[in-house]
Amino acid sequence: MSNLATTAGHAHGHDHEHEEHHDAGETTVFGFWLYLMTDCILFASIFAVYAVLVNNVAGGPSGHDIFELPYVLGETALLLFSSITYGFAMLALFKGKKQQVLFWLAMTFLLGAGFIAMEINEFHLLISEGYGPSRSGFLSGFFTLVGTHGLHVTSGLIWMAIMMYQVQKNGLTSTNKTRLSCLSLFWHFLDVVWICVFTVVYLMGTL
Amino acid sequence: MFGKLSWEAVPFHEPIVMVTIAMIALGGLALFAAITYFKKWTYLWTEWLTSVDHKKIGVMYIIVAMIMLLRGFADAIMMRTQLAMATEGSPGYLPPEHYDQIFTAHGVIMIIFMAMPFFTGLMNLAVPLQIGARDVAYPFLNSLSFWLLVSGVVLVNLSLGVGEFAKTGWVAYPPLSGLQYSPGVGMDYYIWALQLSGLGTTLTGVNFLATVLKMRAPGMKLMDMPIFTWTCTWANVLIVASFPILTATLALLTLDRYMDFHIFTSELGGNPMMYVNLFWAWGHPEVYILILPAFGIFSEVISTFTGKRLFGHHSMVYASGAISILGFMVWLHHFFTMGSGASVNAFFGLATMLISIPTGVKLFNWLFTIYQGRLRFTSQVLWTLGFMVTFAIGGMTGVLLAIPGADFVLHNSLFVIAHFHNVIIGGAVFGYIAGFSFYFPKAFGFKLNESWGKAAFWFWISGFFVAFMPLYALGFMGMTRRLNASTNPEWVPYLYVALFGAVLIAIGIACQLIQLYVSVRDRKLPQNACEHGDPWNGHTLEWSTSSPPPFYNFAVVPRVDTIDAFTEAKENGTAYQAPAKYSPIHMPNNTATGVYMGALLTVFGFAMIWHIWWLAIVGLVGTVVVFVAHAARDDQGYMVPVETIERIEAEQHKRLVAAKAIPATRVETKLEQA
Repeated sequence: MSNLATTAGHAHGHDHEHEEHHDAGETTVFGFWLYLMTDCILFASIFAVYAVLVNNVAGGPSGHDIFELPYVLGETALLLFSSITYGFAMLALFKGKKQQVLFWLAMTFLLGAGFIAMEINEFHLLISEGYGPSRSGFLSGFFTLVGTHGLHVTSGLIWMAIMMYQVQKNGLTSTNKTRLSCLSLFWHFLDVVWICVFTVVYLMGTL
Repeated sequence: MFGKLSWEAVPFHEPIVMVTIAMIALGGLALFAAITYFKKWTYLWTEWLTSVDHKKIGVMYIIVAMIMLLRGFADAIMMRTQLAMATEGSPGYLPPEHYDQIFTAHGVIMIIFMAMPFFTGLMNLAVPLQIGARDVAYPFLNSLSFWLLVSGVVLVNLSLGVGEFAKTGWVAYPPLSGLQYSPGVGMDYYIWALQLSGLGTTLTGVNFLATVLKMRAPGMKLMDMPIFTWTCTWANVLIVASFPILTATLALLTLDRYMDFHIFTSELGGNPMMYVNLFWAWGHPEVYILILPAFGIFSEVISTFTGKRLFGHHSMVYASGAISILGFMVWLHHFFTMGSGASVNAFFGLATMLISIPTGVKLFNWLFTIYQGRLRFTSQVLWTLGFMVTFAIGGMTGVLLAIPGADFVLHNSLFVIAHFHNVIIGGAVFGYIAGFSFYFPKAFGFKLNESWGKAAFWFWISGFFVAFMPLYALGFMGMTRRLNASTNPEWVPYLYVALFGAVLIAIGIACQLIQLYVSVRDRKLPQNACEHGDPWNGHTLEWSTSSPPPFYNFAVVPRVDTIDAFTEAKENGTAYQAPAKYSPIHMPNNTATGVYMGALLTVFGFAMIWHIWWLAIVGLVGTVVVFVAHAARDDQGYMVPVETIERIEAEQHKRLVAAKAIPATRVETKLEQA
């Protein structure tokens, strides 16, 4: 039986307010998951595009000619270790240790920045050799896919810098906890995407 | 300094465009003067533009949609006039490059800037109320989504006076939409208008999925959600699954046009057909995003005005789900002629035909709801019945087109135009108009005039048939789409009839405008006013609130254990029950962040279109800064004090007594004091 006034008379007061704020954080993380799924579809589209274009080298180089696996392995290691350090930051967050959170976030930031620096260097070398995105469909697809991931990581770094400032200034508030949880999801998600990039682009391109 | 922008971008030599711009400028100036004269700027800013209230955002969406309906329809009637004049060697009155912009703008505006905001507006208005929530999951994000849409609207309409719009058709296939064949800014207006509003749509999808999954009233099971909420939910599933594909596709086209990539070009290893695949992998789900909420409105209308529970509520939910899933497996039927081979075409043809089964389930559910009911022939019901007939015809021509062999003959012909107008006008638009007059009293507290509403219906539906049935015949006679002139004398009578049909629809739209005027004029008449909130004897929770609902929607969050919760409550006498004591309610604060971000992103889009790079950087960095500042403020909202709630609820109590919805004896002492 529906009763439109059943919950009437319950004195919520302070408890109710507390509950609502708690729910808000949980709902935010849930919504962030949904957003990540839309991002996942965006990457899926670009992966599909790369798969279509990968053999259209138009007389230019193929992946076999230009990829340097050891270098990319270094990039991969930086990004994967940055996921571990972010995990440590989250553990510190659950323990409520602000300085540790800041330390591990800074480590993550450095590793992520190293990854981006290596990627920019790789792009720079390719372009200076005349293998820029304008050279062929394959290179357009390569730069789009790897570049989109790189842009995501860069946004993550900006977000992380802002979060470090926020944590430094306001401490481990419930808002900051929620936001760090979202950033954690984002960061690990980008790691998973990178593993796909590494496999589909670099491994399948060279082996 | 100003990139490609110069005074030559303004088409001073085109009298049609200049007169239109002058009219818009005069209208805008009059509106500006009126708001200033009545000193309404503060009210507009604080109560509407910066509002995060889902009901107000919904109303703003619908206002945008209706203005864009007028703009898109003006394009339509210009095209029909041109085609009726430009026969047998006559050039007509529109030069080809202008005509091409008009048919592109018509498609883009009607799909992206009329139908999408109309559906989003109705969803905003009704869904949180239907599930007993006080707002959506992320109220600020909701405001941002709206302002992203407005960014797109501003850009697409700016192209009228500054530069040009795309001449590619609304699908913008490369290589025609590539830099080589569309070197002008028209394509860039298309890209950035769609990109910004598409981003807003994705955020809306995320927001409303989180809303229905996390914010339902206690006790409301997923399968007990009202049918309109369910069809919107399926549409939102489609949005989050398909709009990222559009985002990616537009971004790739941007790279081709701006940075000399070769993704969709026909040289150096690009693949133009890949664009067509990606476009329709978004575009086909998109048409179901438009139609499913309309199905939901028809379901609400039929069950409300027969006074019965909807027949097969659960089967309706499953049918909508089946349509959503199948809708993702049929995109290739838009280009059977690509040449993917008989097996692939057969798969997509069969998958397309399969969709008619769940759609048929819905049609029979509506018929069985009417069966043995006592149907009240209101204007909303007329739209619904008109839809059932019209949509069935459109569905059958769709099944016909799903046969690859037949499609090879009819591809790109006016038969296709007739088919999709048949299902979009006869399905989505009729549904939104029905929903508009169904939910209008909820938003404003008075009903729309029925006589003018019914007149609008009869002109719309007869106009539709007169305008589009000839196009089926013309398609069979070999007339292709996007022609700006014709030479075959056999086509001429059909083109005249089609123009006459468009004029009938114009009269229908005029009836709607008169209906609005008359209804606002007569809003205080006792037969029109319905501020107590339940004008149609509704089934679901949105009708249990006052009209317009209080900003917090529900003073006490209702408990729901059945499908038609409000009907149940009215039957067992618990409707309108006031609690012994109210508790403070937590609500979000209004914020101007969405307005600022929308404005800055409009600047960014405009700068990208005209290659004004420094301004683009200013727009983008400004957007990020405004957002970060908003996040740093970490606004936790406020608590509505009990006294405010008591005052608002006491007013509603008086209205209910006056409307005889509850006996006067049930007034509680506490409320009398308040």
